[in-house]
Formats: sequence, C-alpha cells, structure tokens
Amino acid sequence: MNHQFFAFLKALLGSCKDLLPIIIVIAFFQFIVLQQPMPNIGDILVGLVLVVLGLTFFIYGLEMGLFPIGESMAQAFAKKGSISWLLTFAFCLGFCTTVAEPSLIAVAKEAAIVAVSGGIISNTIESQLSYANGLRLTVAFAVGFAIVIGVLRIIRGWPIQYLILGGYVVVVLMTMVAPSWIIGIAYDSGGVTTSTITVPLVTALGVGLASAIKGRNPMIDGFGLIAFASLTPMIFVMIYGMVIS
Amino acid sequence: MNLFFEFIATLKNTVIDVLPILSIILGFQLLVIRKPIPHIKQVGFGFIYVLIGLALFLLGLEKALFPLGKMMAEQLTAPEFIHAGEHVLSSIHWSDYKWVYIFAAAIGFSTTIAEPSLIAVAIKAEDVSGGAINANSLRISVAIGVAIGIALGSYRIVVGHPIHYYIIAGYVVVVIQTFYCPKLIVPLAYDSGGVTTSTVTVPLVAALGLGLASTIPGRSPLIDGFGLIAFASLFPIIAVMAYAQLTEAKAHLAEKKSEKRNRIKKNKQNLNRNNNKAP
Repeated sequence: MNHQFFAFLKALLGSCKDLLPIIIVIAFFQFIVLQQPMPNIGDILVGLVLVVLGLTFFIYGLEMGLFPIGESMAQAFAKKGSISWLLTFAFCLGFCTTVAEPSLIAVAKEAAIVAVSGGIISNTIESQLSYANGLRLTVAFAVGFAIVIGVLRIIRGWPIQYLILGGYVVVVLMTMVAPSWIIGIAYDSGGVTTSTITVPLVTALGVGLASAIKGRNPMIDGFGLIAFASLTPMIFVMIYGMVIS
Repeated sequence: MNLFFEFIATLKNTVIDVLPILSIILGFQLLVIRKPIPHIKQVGFGFIYVLIGLALFLLGLEKALFPLGKMMAEQLTAPEFIHAGEHVLSSIHWSDYKWVYIFAAAIGFSTTIAEPSLIAVAIKAEDVSGGAINANSLRISVAIGVAIGIALGSYRIVVGHPIHYYIIAGYVVVVIQTFYCPKLIVPLAYDSGGVTTSTVTVPLVAALGLGLASTIPGRSPLIDGFGLIAFASLFPIIAVMAYAQLTEAKAHLAEKKSEKRNRIKKNKQNLNRNNNKAP
C-alpha cells in the first residue's frame, strides 16, 4: 500500500513538472510583457490542481488499460491469421473514432462558414450542414483508409518512407489543382484527426502487430500508423473540394 | 459543489466521445476474436482511470489555462499593444509583432510538453527501443519543433505569404533528412507530427491564429486563421529527425576522439620503447 502511494506521488510530481513550462510562460507574459494582474487566481489554482490530477490518472490508466488492450487485440488478430478481419477492424477504428471527434466537428463547422462566404455553397442551413457533414465523413473515411494502409504495411513490411514521401508528392500535386479555399482546411484536417485516446490505442496496435509478426521490428514497423492518419485526410479533403466546386 | 457538477458534465461528454471506440473494441473482441479480454479487471480499471483523468484534465484546462491563454493571444495581437501609444500605421511591419512570435514559440513548446498523447507515444517509444530513445528528449525535440512551427506560422499570417510555399519547403527538408538520418527513428518522427496537436495545443493555437488574422488588415480570419496546425504538425518531424542526427553525430565524434586518443597513446608508447632501446 505504502509502495503504491509513493508511486502515485512520484507520478503526481512528474505531472507537475510537465505543467511547469505552461505556468512559467503564462506568468511571464501576464506580469512582465502585458503587465497585468492575474485575474481570478482562485479559479486558476483549482484548475491547475485538476489538470495535474487528470494527467496523472490518464497516464496511470494508459499503462493499465489502453496499451494492454491494443496489444492484446493485435496479438489475437495475428494469431487468428485473418487479414480481412484485421483490416475491417483497422478501418472501423479509424473511421468511428474520427467521425465523432469534437475538434473535427468544430473545424468542419468553421469550414462551412468559409465556404458560404466564398460563394461555394448557398447560404442556407441545410447546405451548410450537408457540406460540414460531407467534410467530416471524408476525413473519417480518409483516416479509416490510412489505418488500413498502415496495418497492411506492417504485415507486408513495406518501408514507410516511400509511402509517406509518395503521399507528400500527391499532396503537392493536388495543391496545384485544388481550389485555393480548400487548401488551408485540408492542411489543418490532417492535424485534428488524432485524439488523445485514439493515439495510444493505435500506437499499441501497431507495436503489438509488429512484435507478433515474425521478421518485423517493432521500432521500425510498429510506429507510423499515426503518420498515415495525418497524411490521407489532406488528400481526401482536397478531392472533396474539387468534387464540390 | 458546483465544481462537482461541472466535473460530472465533462465526464459525461468524455464517455460519449469514447463510446464509439469502446463499442468497436468490445464488438470485435466478442464477435470476431471470441475470447475473453486478458486481465479484464485491470484493463477495465485502466479505462476508468483514463476517462476520469481526461475529464479532470479538460475541466482544469477550461478553468485555468484556456481563458487566460486565449485572452493573452487576443491582447498580444491587439493593435493597441502592437502600436503602443502611436496611431495605427497604415502599413504594418513584421517586426512589430516580435512579442507575438515569442509568445507563439513559448506557448507551442510548453503546451506540447503537457500533451497527453505525446506522453503516451514517448513512453511507448522508450519502452520499445529498450531505452535507446529517451522519452523526455523525444518530447523536448517535438516541443522545439512545434515552437518553431507556430512562430513561423504566425510570421506567415503577419506577412501574408501563401501557406503552401512553406509546407512544400518543409516537405523537401523532410525528404532530404529521411535519406540521411538513422532508419530507426524515421517512423517515429513521422508519427510525432500527428500526435502533437490535440487536447492542449489546438485550442490555444487556434485562438492565436484567429486573433492574428482578425486584427491584421487584409487578412481574413476564416482563410488565414487556418493553417497554424499544419505548421505544428510538420516541424516536429524535422525536429525529431534532427535530434536523431545530432545524437548520431555526437556518438560518431566521441568514437573518433577516443580513437585519436588511443592512437596518440600508442605512438607515445612506441616512442618510449624506441627511446629505451636506443642507448
């Protein structure tokens, strides 16, 4: 019991250290650059305590729950030997976690407003909604596709650099032909897709697969799934923009 | 008491966000794999910890950091701060915004250090590499990448260059680095681009971009406000590969040095031997 308590305290201290840079930056800019007093300091202190506690719990649960389940499922699929089920799982994981992602919903909504002001779609609620939903489905489909390609790469042992660099070439080429109003949104959509729970799960899945399959190195083959998930949305969103206009 | 209700509301939202993931895991586990989850009790508790942790984390951010960070982004980009005391000039000079770039870099660095998904990937990387990759060094490299990326992205909004020149130039650097850096780090470096931008970084960075784009004449918040996140996901790739290259170069240099030292030692020994023989 005592031992566990100390482990928790140590984790708590680690979270404080992780948060320290933010506190320093905010204090420096508030007091020295903007030269203003800290507003409602009580709220801020309570908030900081919550953040530290939250981070500690999250990391605890990560190693207890998220990592083990990701790896055990990867091993179970590898043992089962059914590639089609594994790929179905990969697609579902990518698609379903992205379609409900709050930051994506926010970006899609803003993108709809841009499209109205640019005269791309008509200024009605229905057309805005259908545009935003189309964007979300496009990104979610792209992430599902990305995880499928990434898992296939781990199984086959393809080197990652050619796939990613090839993807970059496609992005550059698409940038030249895609309408200019979609480019900023497309570039950003690559970054917003990967949430705090998806990332550990997908990483554990990749590493678990790479260690379960003979001849794969978990370091070289296990990582890289997230990279695909941030690349394909850019391509798919630019295609979406071209189709719409 | 009020805080408790707020916590319950945040927890409810977090559970709703996690529900699709949970149902896919359970569905495939029960219908396709058809085996009980190993260590089910521990995994279950782990999930509960993750949910509680995430809810506390989000609530704390909402209470403490986001309002303050967003307010700062607004104040630093406000014309009254930029042109303190003077009348707003008709033309802006990029160097007027020096505090904005410093703030962008500092907030990018510090929020990335606290980013939970980056912590997760760093822990896994240290684990898998058997300690060859240090979790903290990896996080610091990524944070430096984000800092440079967001500062450069802010500069781009101020001067109004088209975004794709920067992104394409960044890609070219990534391609060149890929060929020269240790193969082991490449997939991890590519991954680190995607993990940097989630819970903590995105809201603050979005506020900064929006503040900049809406106060600078000639920029549209809806078009130029986007794009900072793209910078924040490109530069960590470069930074992580640079970190691996530096580590390799350092090891190489140390090896060369010790080789040289050994050679000098040997020469001296030979010399001494010859001297002893000479008379």
